[in-house]
Amino acid sequence: MLTPLLVGIAFGAALERAGLGNARKLTGQFYLTDFTVFKVMFTAMVTAMLGLFWLGRLGIVDVQAVYVPDTALASQILGGLVFGAGFAIAGLCPGTSCVAAASGRGDGVAAAVGMFSGMLAAGLAFPWLAPLYEYHVRGAWTLPDLLRISSGAIVFGIVLVALFGFAVAERLERRA
Amino acid sequence: MKYSDPYLSGIALGLVLLAAFVFAGRGLGASGAFASAASSTVHAVAPDYARGNAYFTSYVNEPGGPWRSWLVIEIAGVFIGALASSVLAGRWKRGVERGVDVSAASRIVAAAGGGALMGIGAMLARGCTSGQALTGGALLSVGAWAFIACAFAAGYAVAPLRRRAWRA
Repeated sequence: MLTPLLVGIAFGAALERAGLGNARKLTGQFYLTDFTVFKVMFTAMVTAMLGLFWLGRLGIVDVQAVYVPDTALASQILGGLVFGAGFAIAGLCPGTSCVAAASGRGDGVAAAVGMFSGMLAAGLAFPWLAPLYEYHVRGAWTLPDLLRISSGAIVFGIVLVALFGFAVAERLERRA
Repeated sequence: MKYSDPYLSGIALGLVLLAAFVFAGRGLGASGAFASAASSTVHAVAPDYARGNAYFTSYVNEPGGPWRSWLVIEIAGVFIGALASSVLAGRWKRGVERGVDVSAASRIVAAAGGGALMGIGAMLARGCTSGQALTGGALLSVGAWAFIACAFAAGYAVAPLRRRAWRA
């Protein structure tokens, strides 16, 4: 009970401090004026990825014990497209809508209520969505499995892409 | 009103995610808490129907029940952390974030409508920006990287249609 509560408190505080509970700041990502979403997300991803990689390599943490979400490409591609459209319209994502709501913003409450009704509708439609949802579920399937190269090389490649992305983001922000 | 440096916030968020990997054996999430809430609502209203629906059942059967699932407690923490952080930083403000050209009411409708699309999308994608993009991305999941690519592609395709809503 205590671990998820503490993790959640730190998660909410980090998003709030970054300004991601503010839809006006967050949507700057889609209009190329404010790259906070990209910078925070990719810095966080790279930090956790490098941390887990080295803790595993040094034998401190058993990497195999960490749950990797299932891959089911067809459902996730369609889901990603629908989600992205909703993300741009709402100006908040599920986690950041909770942050916006907790910092007093009515649009955060509305996005969270919408999120709940969308989940409810999708759940009620599950008998029709099941063939797509359950199409080719592969379990844990990772980029090293797909590309047949070592996870160290993939991690290194993602770090390079992120650094290049940060440089481009800084340049575009100065121009905006 | 000034927010923290995005790279420092990102490192802090990354360490939270790493702590979740190490101490809980799993990453962060958000949409799963909404799925638990929807499932327990359906279960409370129509228990027989919920038991016959494989999606709702998967959440109702979580250990301790859906209201005490890992992600529901984590999201309760998100509310506490964001509330404390915004109050301490003097950023807690009752209001609606919107562009100057739109009314608060139309912003609320857009947020709810976009939220509903995100609910459907996150259900199909088995997660959202937290559980798929951030967590799955860091774990090098193929599905998570496909989700990131598709979500941002759709976001950039739709955003120009909504540009007026955000004029400062």
